[in-house]
Amino acid sequence: MTELSAHLPQFQHGQLTENFPDNHLSNTNDNSERRRHDNSERRRNDNPGSETNGQPQNNIQQVVEQDEEEDEELTLKYGAKHVIMLFVPVTLCMVVVVATIKSVSFYTRKDGQLIYTPFTEETETIGQRALNSILNAAIMISVIIVMTILLVVLYKYRCYKVIHGWLIISSLLLLFFFSFIYLGEVFKTYNVAMDYITVALMIWNFGVVGMICIHWKGPLRLQQAYLIMISALMALVFIKYLPEWTAWLILAVISVYDLVAVLCPKGPLRMLVETAQERNETLFPALIYSSTMVWLVNMAEEDPEAQRKASKNSTYDKQANQTQNEDAEADDGGFSQEWQQQRDNRIGPIESTPESRAAVQALPSNSQTSEDPEERGVKLGLGDFIFYSVLVGKASATASGDWNTTLACFVAILIGLCLTLLLLAIFKKALPALPISITFGLVFYFATDNLVQPFMDQLAFHQFYI
Amino acid sequence: AFFWLVSLLLSSLIWFIAVKASDPHDEPLQKGLLIFGVMFSVLLQEAFRFLYYKLLRKAIEGLVALSEDGCSPISIQQMAYVAGVGFGLMSGAFSMINLLADALGPGTVGIHGDSQLYFLTSAFMTMVLIFLHTFWGILFFHGCENRRWWEIAAVVVMHLAVSGSTFCNPLYVGSLVPSYLLMAAAAVWAYLLSGGSAQNLRRFLLCK
Repeated sequence: MTELSAHLPQFQHGQLTENFPDNHLSNTNDNSERRRHDNSERRRNDNPGSETNGQPQNNIQQVVEQDEEEDEELTLKYGAKHVIMLFVPVTLCMVVVVATIKSVSFYTRKDGQLIYTPFTEETETIGQRALNSILNAAIMISVIIVMTILLVVLYKYRCYKVIHGWLIISSLLLLFFFSFIYLGEVFKTYNVAMDYITVALMIWNFGVVGMICIHWKGPLRLQQAYLIMISALMALVFIKYLPEWTAWLILAVISVYDLVAVLCPKGPLRMLVETAQERNETLFPALIYSSTMVWLVNMAEEDPEAQRKASKNSTYDKQANQTQNEDAEADDGGFSQEWQQQRDNRIGPIESTPESRAAVQALPSNSQTSEDPEERGVKLGLGDFIFYSVLVGKASATASGDWNTTLACFVAILIGLCLTLLLLAIFKKALPALPISITFGLVFYFATDNLVQPFMDQLAFHQFYI
Repeated sequence: AFFWLVSLLLSSLIWFIAVKASDPHDEPLQKGLLIFGVMFSVLLQEAFRFLYYKLLRKAIEGLVALSEDGCSPISIQQMAYVAGVGFGLMSGAFSMINLLADALGPGTVGIHGDSQLYFLTSAFMTMVLIFLHTFWGILFFHGCENRRWWEIAAVVVMHLAVSGSTFCNPLYVGSLVPSYLLMAAAAVWAYLLSGGSAQNLRRFLLCK
């Protein structure tokens, strides 16, 4: 499959962001990129609309004040609910990946490497191997950075068509080709006899429904299911084609990059968010997993534009997927955060058409107060799903402690996610979702594999219990 | 669960260091080190349970401050129960999951002369430990809440006793029986502390 490496979709780092800038548009739809609970955030965002909106702000003030206190409570009350809403899809994705790794041997077999990681790890000395993996990781990260900057540039110069085309090609590739390979390998593992016609029919249906669900409209559950499946497929590709040390290094470096790209003032993602805010439009339909239909937020709006935005919302999740598929190991890490922020905040059109932009600006800011906080969902970038699954998958594939290590990494990632959500609720601004979870995951992986595993082994041998 | 995991990590770190610093071929020494590791791990687990209690206390204060009617949406007893279940599940999972995975594959139990009841007794032992962790959670938190140090000490002593009893494995009578007895005692104690009584139980059983 090395020839495909050129087309491997880029993934996006999902970034968990909570869009909460004070100068942010008071529009409900700001920053669809926001990953975290939009509810409280949105309410808080009800704050005086930014000047750019040109919307009346006086009446907003009072609304804002009483909203703030309610928001505090809501944040915590619904925080737990949102955490659970994110736990389920992340867990599902990881379960799918681990189940596949354990049963289908294809994904643990070494069949070559991607062109993004040209240096082999089968070297004679450890020093050489370390050097190779560092070089591999460096190449991969630079590809990602370059792609992110490219996306920022494309966005800045409003080349939306290019980006959309890119996203569509990515999702096509992922939905059809990778799932075909996956299906083939599963059949081989279980020795199921199958003819090409049936397979063609199945893949065709799967792919077309996926494209429709992701890029257009579809039932929420189906959309979520497709997003999870796509993240799992992408994660499996990474697990297969990244050699060991390279994979761990890449995970570590990407979480650092994530942190830098989102929080530094000069970071590409941050620039993207700011540009999008200036233009009052949503960012690209990045890969975002949404737990509820965001358009509910707009229900209060009689504005017909809201309806349009609503439908667009459902689509942006798809796009998020696409982006993932499209970019192989590229950039997007930071980019997707921005996107997600934008998306979440924007809840709006995926395509930044002038009408939608006008609609967004036309929305009165106090419309948000009528939103039902229960309806707001949480959003998490698909890149996050992918990297969490890569970590857990790699742990289950290559650990000597086997299930103990997998379980430990799983718990570590979930706790990291909890902490990130908590920080998001406290700081109320865009935060990267990767660093904390990946750090915990890596620490627990290496610690469990090397320290806990021999201990538990000895205990089990003597049947001692602690 | 996370706290239990961290305590396990730290205790295995200590054990690992001890093992590396000692002679690997000295069997009794290794076993002795293992026993030391187990005891240390038990103490560490209880310490982490205490830390978790502190964390939850702070969280409850925060929740109370933010709630509308001045009382928290979740009581400390519920938290104690959940904490206990979390500890128990994690400890159970770590004890059993590799066994279960191996049990799926081909093999004969005890072919080298070990006990043939290995899987069965492991399963029972794990179950009793999970229950015990749950009850200990309730007892421990109750003791911390009402400043009854003897309750906390009782929990620690019970844990040490149960772990210690497993040292007589494969003489399963010595480990399973006392553990189940202790579990029954802890269950009754926790039930009484949570506000249950013989009357409640009767009413529940007779579906009144």
